[in-house]
Amino acid sequence: MTARILLLLISLLALHAAPGAARAQVFEPTSFFLDNGMQVVVVENRRAPIVTHMVWYRAGAADEPPGKSGIAHFLEHLMFKATRSMAAGEFSRTVARNGGRDNAFTSWDYTAYHQSVARDRLGLVMRMEADRMTNLVLTDEVVATERDVILEERRQVVENVPGARLREQVAAALFLNHPYGRPIIGWEHEIRGLTRADAEAWYRRWYAPNNAVLVVAGDVAPDEVRRLAEQHYGPIPRRDVPERVRPAEPVPQAARRVTLRDERVRQPSLTRAYLAPSARRGESQHVPALEVLADIAGGQAGRFHRALVLERQLATSVSVSYNPDSFDLSTFSFGVAVRPGVAIEDVERALDEEIAAMLREGVAEDEVERTKARVRDSTVLSRDALGTAPRAIGADLMTGATIEEIESWPRRIGAVTAAQVAAAARAVLQEERGVTGFLLPRPRT
Amino acid sequence: MIRRILLLAACALLLLAAPPRAHAMPIERVVSPGGIVAWLVQDRTLPLVALQFRFRGGTAGEGAGAQGAARLAVDMLDEGAGDLDATAFARALQEHSISLSIGASADSIQGSLRVLDAHRARGAELLRLALVAPRFDADALERVRTRTLAGLQRQQEDPRSILREAFGRLAWGAHPYGEGAEAEIASVRGATVEAMRGFLARRMARDNLVVGVVGNIDAAALGALLDQVFGGLPARAAPYDVPEARPAIDAERVVVLRRASPQALVMSGAPGMKRDDPDWFAAQLVNYVLGGGGFNSRLMTEMREKRGLTYGVSTSHHALDRGALVFASFSTDNARAGEAVELLRAQWRRMGEEGPGEQELEDAKAFLTGAFALSLDSSAAVAGLLVTLQHEGLGMDYLSRRDALIRGVTIEDARRVARRMHGAPGFLTVVVGEPAGVRGEGG
Repeated sequence: MTARILLLLISLLALHAAPGAARAQVFEPTSFFLDNGMQVVVVENRRAPIVTHMVWYRAGAADEPPGKSGIAHFLEHLMFKATRSMAAGEFSRTVARNGGRDNAFTSWDYTAYHQSVARDRLGLVMRMEADRMTNLVLTDEVVATERDVILEERRQVVENVPGARLREQVAAALFLNHPYGRPIIGWEHEIRGLTRADAEAWYRRWYAPNNAVLVVAGDVAPDEVRRLAEQHYGPIPRRDVPERVRPAEPVPQAARRVTLRDERVRQPSLTRAYLAPSARRGESQHVPALEVLADIAGGQAGRFHRALVLERQLATSVSVSYNPDSFDLSTFSFGVAVRPGVAIEDVERALDEEIAAMLREGVAEDEVERTKARVRDSTVLSRDALGTAPRAIGADLMTGATIEEIESWPRRIGAVTAAQVAAAARAVLQEERGVTGFLLPRPRT
Repeated sequence: MIRRILLLAACALLLLAAPPRAHAMPIERVVSPGGIVAWLVQDRTLPLVALQFRFRGGTAGEGAGAQGAARLAVDMLDEGAGDLDATAFARALQEHSISLSIGASADSIQGSLRVLDAHRARGAELLRLALVAPRFDADALERVRTRTLAGLQRQQEDPRSILREAFGRLAWGAHPYGEGAEAEIASVRGATVEAMRGFLARRMARDNLVVGVVGNIDAAALGALLDQVFGGLPARAAPYDVPEARPAIDAERVVVLRRASPQALVMSGAPGMKRDDPDWFAAQLVNYVLGGGGFNSRLMTEMREKRGLTYGVSTSHHALDRGALVFASFSTDNARAGEAVELLRAQWRRMGEEGPGEQELEDAKAFLTGAFALSLDSSAAVAGLLVTLQHEGLGMDYLSRRDALIRGVTIEDARRVARRMHGAPGFLTVVVGEPAGVRGEGG
C-alpha cells in the first residue's frame, strides 16, 4: 500500500505529457472487439496507479416489457447475489478486501457495473464480472428480500422527495407512447409483482458479451487490457440478443400541465420540459445547437438567471438542461424555484415571455463564441478526474454513438452558428411539445 | 471455494508484504516572498492548477444565534467584488471556465479554485477580489438572503433535515454545534453588512490560513500567486474561543418526532472520536466493520441483505474540532420501524461487548489501506488532502506512515475502542415519521 501511494505521487510528478497542447480530440481512447462481439474501450490515464473497470449492457428501463417496470434495475441489484461459484455478497466483499470500491447503476438505455481497484487487481475484477455475466443463480428467497430493499429505495428516493415525485409525473405526461415515461426504478405496484422468473428472463434476454461494452480507464496499457479481456470475457459465447425497438412518440399536439401538491413543500417550483431530438431520433441536425443553447440559457451568468432572478426578482434559482445522450428522443428543460411571496402564475408568464423573446431575437454571435470557448476548455478539464472518461464514453456508446462521434464532439460544437441556435430553439421550444409541472404546498388538514 | 479463499489470503498477504518505501514524498513546502505557506504537488500532465484553502475557525466562534449571519457573509464573497457586480463576477468565472467556491462550516471557512493555465491570472485575481474586496451590494445581499431563507424554511419541512437537526440539538445542547434552522433563520434575517464584514475580518487572515496546491506550477510561480491572492489579508485572525463540546448522551434514550412521511427516518449514536485521538484508526476500523463498509458491514448484512429493512444503513464518525459523534442512519418502512430500531441497537451493543472478529479486522485494514488511493482521483482531491494534512498536523510523511498506523492496530486495540465507542451507557435514537412499534418520548 505504501508502494501504491508512492507510485501515485511519482506518477503525479511525471513530466512525459506536454501541457497546454490544444487537442482536437476528447479522450483519445483505444477500441477493439473480442471474437465474441464484446467491444472493449481503453482510456490510458497514468496519473494514479489505479484503474476503473466498467461493463455496460445495452439494456435499460426503456427495454422492459409492459407491466414489468423496474425489472432492469431489479436485476442490477440481484447481480450482487450468488453465482455458480460465488456466494451472495462475495463479489463486493472480495473487491473491498482488495482495497477496491464497486457499485452499479441503471438508466433507461443501459445498465452498468463498475469497480475501482489498484491496477494489479484488474484481472481479479474481470474474472468476477465475467463470471456473473453468465453464472448468476437466483432463489425465490433472495428475490423476495431484494424486492423489499427496492421498495424501501423507492420510498427513500421518490416518495420522500416531492420534487422527485413531480419529475416522474412530468416524464409520464411528456412521453405519450415511449417507455421513457416510466420511472427507471419502476412503478410501485409493478415492482411488487416482479418475480424470479421475470429477473431470469431479463438476464437471459440481454446479458451477453455481444450486447456489452467493457470500458477500462487508468494506469494500464491497451495490450494488457486486451490480454486480460480475452482471457476472462473471451470464452463467453455470443448469443442472439433482440434488437432494441421501442414504441415511438407521436407528433405532439397539445401542451400539458401537471400539478403536484405535497404538504412538505415550502418553496413552490416550476418545471417546463420539451420533447427534443437526440443524436439518433427527431431532428438530429439541431443537437449541437441545442447544446450551445442550453449553455447560453443556463448557469449563474446565463440569460434566464439574469432575467428571472436578477432583473425581475421572481425566482431564487433557474436551471436549464439538455442531454442529447439518449437512444431515443430527449428533453430540453427549465427548472425555476419561485421566490417567496411571488405567485407561481407570474413566474410561468415571465418564463414564457423570456422564451418568446429568445425565439424572436435569437442569440448573439458572441454568446455562441463564448460557449464554444468553454467547450474547448471542458475537453481539457474532463481529463482531470479519472471517472469522467469511462462514464462519458460508456453512456455515449450505449445510446448509439460511435467512438469517432465522441471524439469529434468539439468540432461539431465549433461549427455551430447563432442562426443555427435560433433555428434549433424555434424547432424545440414550441408550446405543444411541452409539459409544465407545478410543485405546490398542500394546506395541512 | 477453498481455492478462492486461498487466493484471497494470498492477496491479503501481498498487501501486508508491500515493502514500506520511506519518505520519497514529492510534497514541497512553498513559502512565498510574503511569508505565506502552501504545500504543493507539481503535476505536469494537464495544463491546470487546483488550489484549496482553509481558514481555521468557523461560524461556531460567533456563538449560538449568530451563525446564520456568518454563513451568509461567506456566501456573499462571490456575489460581486472589486469593480465587478454579482453578474459581472459570475460571467468572468464562466467565460474563463474557472471553478471557484467558498463556504463556511462550524469549524472553518474553506474554498477551492480550479483554473486552466491560460486563465490562471484571471482566476487568481477573482479569488483575491472575493477575499479582500467583497461588495455586499444591497440587491445581491437581499437576493442571497431570500434564497438562503427559502432553503432554511425548506429544511424545516424536510424529514431528513428535521432528523439531523433534532439529533444535533439533543446531542450538543446549547453549544453552537447544536444550532438549528430556526436560530439560523433569525440570524440571517437580522444580518447587517457591518456584522458580516466584522466576521470576515476576524476570521480570514494570514495566520490561520492553510493552502494546498496541485498542478502545473512551480514553487516560484506559486509563491507569487500566494502573495497576490492572500497577501492583502490581515496578518492575524481574532482569538478563537470555542468551548469543547461533550455530547449530552449519557443514557439510552429514544425520541420520536411524529411527521407525515412514507418512511421512518432514524439516527442513533453516541459520543465519537476526534481526529487527534491516538485511537483514531482503531475507531475507523471498528466503524468499518459495524456500518462504514458499504455492502459488507454488519449492519448492511443484517438489515438490508438478510431482512430487506432498508435501502441503506451506514455509520460514521462526525469529528469536529471541539467534539465528535459516532452515529448510524437509515430509513425504513414505518410498519417495520420497531424491528429495525431494535436490530440496530442490538448490533451496536454487540459491537460494544465483543468488538470485531479477527477476520473482520483484517478485511477492514485491507480496505482502509487499499482504497485510500482511490479517493485521490483528481487534482482537487489531492489538493484537499494537502490541506487536511496541514490542518490536522499529520506531517509531510503521513502518506508513508498511514498504512503502518492502520496495520499496527491490534485486535485488543480494536476491542478496547469498540467498548469505548459502543459499550458506554449513552445511546441516543431519534425517529422522524410515523413509526410503528417504537416507544419513545416526543420531541
